[in-house]
Amino acid sequence: MSKKYQKCFITVGTTRFDLLVETIMSPSVLESLKKIGCKVITFQIGNSDFQPGIYDKEGVQINVYRFKDSILDDIVSADLVISHAGAGSCLEVLEARKPLLVVVNEELMDNHQIELAEQLQIDGHLYYCTCDTIESTLEMLDFSMLTPFPKPDPTLFIKYLDDVFRVKPKAK
Amino acid sequence: MGVWILGWFVFAPLVVILLRVFYLIFLVLSTDSGLESESTLRTILCIGSGGHTTELLRIVRNLDHQKYQPRLYILADNDVSSEVKIHKAELSPAKYALERIPRSRNVKQSYLSSIGSTLYATLHTIPVVYNFKPNVIFCNGPGTCVPVCVVAFILRCLFLIDCRIVFIESICRVRTLSLTGKILQYFADVIVVQWPQLRDSCYRAKYFGRLT
Repeated sequence: MSKKYQKCFITVGTTRFDLLVETIMSPSVLESLKKIGCKVITFQIGNSDFQPGIYDKEGVQINVYRFKDSILDDIVSADLVISHAGAGSCLEVLEARKPLLVVVNEELMDNHQIELAEQLQIDGHLYYCTCDTIESTLEMLDFSMLTPFPKPDPTLFIKYLDDVFRVKPKAK
Repeated sequence: MGVWILGWFVFAPLVVILLRVFYLIFLVLSTDSGLESESTLRTILCIGSGGHTTELLRIVRNLDHQKYQPRLYILADNDVSSEVKIHKAELSPAKYALERIPRSRNVKQSYLSSIGSTLYATLHTIPVVYNFKPNVIFCNGPGTCVPVCVVAFILRCLFLIDCRIVFIESICRVRTLSLTGKILQYFADVIVVQWPQLRDSCYRAKYFGRLT
C-alpha cells in the first residue's frame, strides 16, 4: 500500500478505551502504522489509563492528550482517523471526508453503536475491526477504496412536515 | 335508583374518555394526523442526551423558525452539556425558553426502578406541557422524551391541548427501534427513521433519507 497516511488521529471519545491505547502503543501495531506512512500520531485517550504527553516510539511521534472542546481540528488535519464506534465521532470523521477505521470496544457489547459501524462498512464508508485485528486490518485494507459519505438531505422531511402542519393564512 | 344515577355520572365521562383515547390511537395509527394552526406553531423540543441532543438540534435547525415558534426546550435536570449546545444553535434569546424536568431513566438504571422515576418525571412534566400548550413536539431519544409525550397525549385526549408528536429515531439505530421508539410508535403522530430497513420493524415509520 502507498505510504500516504503521515498524520494519524486516534480518538476514544468521552469515556475510556484502555485496550485500544495499549494496542496502539504496542511495537507491532506502530510498525504496521509506519508501513502505511504514519509518522505522527495525535491520540485523544479520554480517561484511559495512560499518561498524556509527547512520546517517541518506534520512530513515530505520538502526541497524547485527554480531552479537547472540539476534536474537529485534529480530524481535519489528519490523513487517517482511527476512532471508537461512537456515532458522533464516526459521523464527524465521515463528514470531514477522512479515511476512517473504527475499532469496536468488545467490552461494550450491549450497546448498539456497532450496528451503525457495521452498516457504514457495508455501504463502503469506513472499515471496522476490533483491537485484536487492528494490525492485520491496517496491513490488508486499502482506504482509498472507501466511498465518500453523502451529505444529509433534510429537505424532503421538512417539506413533509410543512404539508402536515400548516398555519392558516391570515384573514385580511 | 340513586346508585344508578351516581354510576352514570361516574362512568359516562370515563367511557367518553376511553372512547376518545381509542379514537385518537386509531387516528394516529391510520392517518397522517395533520394540524392547522391559527398562528404560529408552538413547538416543544425534547432534548435527550449527548449525541441525541446534537442530532436533534442539527435536524431542527432546518425548520422555518418563523413558523415553529415560540420554542420550548425540555431537558433533563442533570444534563449540563446540552444547554450550551442549545444556546449555540439559537440566535435570538427572545424566541425560545428552557425547562428542566427530572430524568426518567439514567444510563444503566434497571427497568423496574425506571418505572418509578418515569412516573415522577411525568408528574413534573404535566404543568410544563399544559402551560406551554404546544402544537408540535419534536423528540428523538432517551431522557425527557417519554414523559413529555405521554403527558401531551393524555392532555390531548382530555381536549386540553391540541398537539402532534414527531419522533425521529436516531441514526445509530439501523435495524431495531430504540426503547423510546418502541413505546412511542403507538401514539406519536409521525415516526421518522433514518435507515430504510427500519421500516420493516415499524410499519408506520417514514423514511426521508438521512437527516443528520
